[in-house]
Amino acid sequence: MEPTSVIGTKNKKGQVFTDPRIMMREAPRTPSFYTGSEVIKEAIRRASIDVMIAYPITPQSEAAALIGELFAEGYIGDYFRGESEFAVMSQCAGAAFGGARVFTTTAGPGTMRAMENFPMWAGARLPIQCIVTCRGINSPLSIQPDTIEISYLMQTGMLVWHAETAQDFYDWILVGYMVSEEPEVHLPLALCCDGFFVTHTKDVVDLTPTDMCLPPYDPYRSPVPCMDMECPPVRMMRDPFIMKSNYISYATHASWQQEVWAAAERSRKHTIAWLNGLIETEDVEADVLIVTSGTAVSQGREAIRLLADEGIRVGLVKIKTLRPWPEEEIKEATKHATHIIVPEFNVIGWMAKEIKATIPRSERVIAGPRVCGGMTMPPEIIVEEIKRALGVRSGTLAGRG
Amino acid sequence: MSLDYVKFAPGFEQFMPKEYRDMVEHGPFGKKTTVSQMGSFKEILEEHPMCAGCAMTLFIRLAIIAFPNPEDTITVGTAGCGRLAISQAAIPFVYGNYGDQNGVASGLSRGLRLRFGDKPKDVVVIAGDGGTADIGFQQVLHSWFRKERFTTIMLDNEVYGNTGGQESGMTTRGAVLKMAPLGKKFEKMDMVTMAKVAGCSYIATVVPNNPRRVESVIKKAVLIARDIGPTYIQAYTSCNIEYAIPTDKVMEDAKTVEDDRYKFTEYVSDEAKAYLAERYGYKEFMPKAVSASVTTA
Repeated sequence: MEPTSVIGTKNKKGQVFTDPRIMMREAPRTPSFYTGSEVIKEAIRRASIDVMIAYPITPQSEAAALIGELFAEGYIGDYFRGESEFAVMSQCAGAAFGGARVFTTTAGPGTMRAMENFPMWAGARLPIQCIVTCRGINSPLSIQPDTIEISYLMQTGMLVWHAETAQDFYDWILVGYMVSEEPEVHLPLALCCDGFFVTHTKDVVDLTPTDMCLPPYDPYRSPVPCMDMECPPVRMMRDPFIMKSNYISYATHASWQQEVWAAAERSRKHTIAWLNGLIETEDVEADVLIVTSGTAVSQGREAIRLLADEGIRVGLVKIKTLRPWPEEEIKEATKHATHIIVPEFNVIGWMAKEIKATIPRSERVIAGPRVCGGMTMPPEIIVEEIKRALGVRSGTLAGRG
Repeated sequence: MSLDYVKFAPGFEQFMPKEYRDMVEHGPFGKKTTVSQMGSFKEILEEHPMCAGCAMTLFIRLAIIAFPNPEDTITVGTAGCGRLAISQAAIPFVYGNYGDQNGVASGLSRGLRLRFGDKPKDVVVIAGDGGTADIGFQQVLHSWFRKERFTTIMLDNEVYGNTGGQESGMTTRGAVLKMAPLGKKFEKMDMVTMAKVAGCSYIATVVPNNPRRVESVIKKAVLIARDIGPTYIQAYTSCNIEYAIPTDKVMEDAKTVEDDRYKFTEYVSDEAKAYLAERYGYKEFMPKAVSASVTTA
């Protein structure tokens, strides 16, 4: 039976289901001045979402509420407020098991509260997209930007991308579904950004036309049966592996975990095509490189500009995807560098650890500067870190003795 | 109703496992089977790893037979003994996380309604007393308050059986179990009253030794949940291992407990009564005057 294409037909709001390649790469863009939260809303307006489930937690509450407005306008199939992040992620799982395209958002302690769900989503091969607007998870309570939760998400089997700007966010929300829903991938995506810095600041973002939207999700392209009793063969399982303590059961679990991670690996080629590479580089012939992700990249750009004024040449590697991890790309981009500076918005320095584990001669990595708990990262402290590494004398920054 | 998926692709009959062939040729899909026909058809749940004499298993078998449309039914559950049997049934079973079955069912029910509209896709949660009243309590109550349209069945063995016999919220006061070395300090949770307060449209308490009654309550609960609102069935399904009930006394225990403290109760909201009468022809819920006029006509 020939599948019937929906491309070119209209949804109930009059939006045309458009080939994503045309929508994202060829359609005219309109510059718009929006907050990050509003950008999330505008991306979701065009994403043909079936179900969005919301729960308030700073700094994602505004975006989650704005999507409620989209539901009221008729752009979303179903929307409601769950009773906790754990419940919301479970509800998202249920909707995805039933064959719906699902979207949600969370942050910080909400991410941690929901954590049991993320490896379950990956293992169940549910291509849910969860926006993570990172904030502190520590005690005493903090609502301020901090990226430590990403380090937990990276071990769940989900795809994990880290947006630098609102423009990244807009484009990646839309293409994220295209990567996640590939039959050979079919994994959830944690699309992360640095809370407040991206969600609550205004920026000019080039939007695709309002009257174009992504084609709807087809649950029958899933590599595992959709739980709708329409998908042959009917499932008959004897002796669930949970009950067995033998080699076969262990091997089954092991091979499935390996398959989940292999699926993340298989996302590379799709991600490279949609994001134009897993990393972006500038002047990697320089001896000194700043290598990081998120808004630390933006601060790095400022530091590079300040250093250029003093005649110090520094290159940049922006890491866009954390899972899959761009191992070969980072090795190649850093092969000439003598000093690799890794600024981060968290106390543990998970990015520096990942890079050290990737490249030869890891002593080249300088794991800092790091700020956390909501501290901002003035470009000057990156400048100072680089000068210290190069043995260049610099003026002492106020407050740093 | 889509039954094609349980049929063989042409030429594959001889290669399918015997159990699958039995299910296609002698199973209940697309037929109206009843508990009184047990033994004459291939059940959706037959083989299972449960303990000898397990009352819970009998109840699950009866409940599945009672599903009005097994070919369009999806079960959802969580950790516990029941899961070990239900996950071997020939209909899908969704296991999410510990205690999140009513959250998963909320999303599943809504997702299926979006995709299939008025075509019934019945979502049935089957979970234990720990999964329902303890770890899953928040999501259970909130799904009821939200008026999510699916059925919740509690397999109440009054203990954490699967993990080896720990006290649960549904354990009776005074019972000495693991983690309650001096006896349980508080009363058995009154989930029936909570279901009523939270707005369930149908609530019943049953024991498994009356198969026709089990069949009746399950059928009503699933039908009402299609259109009216959440429904809740609480079934006493003793753990003969942890409560040391001799295998041949399990049904006797169920009868004793039923007489003593687990009586059959049934609440049907007025809206649900009218729905069952009008949509499915339940005579017991037809308004008397209407029944009389029908008889006269």
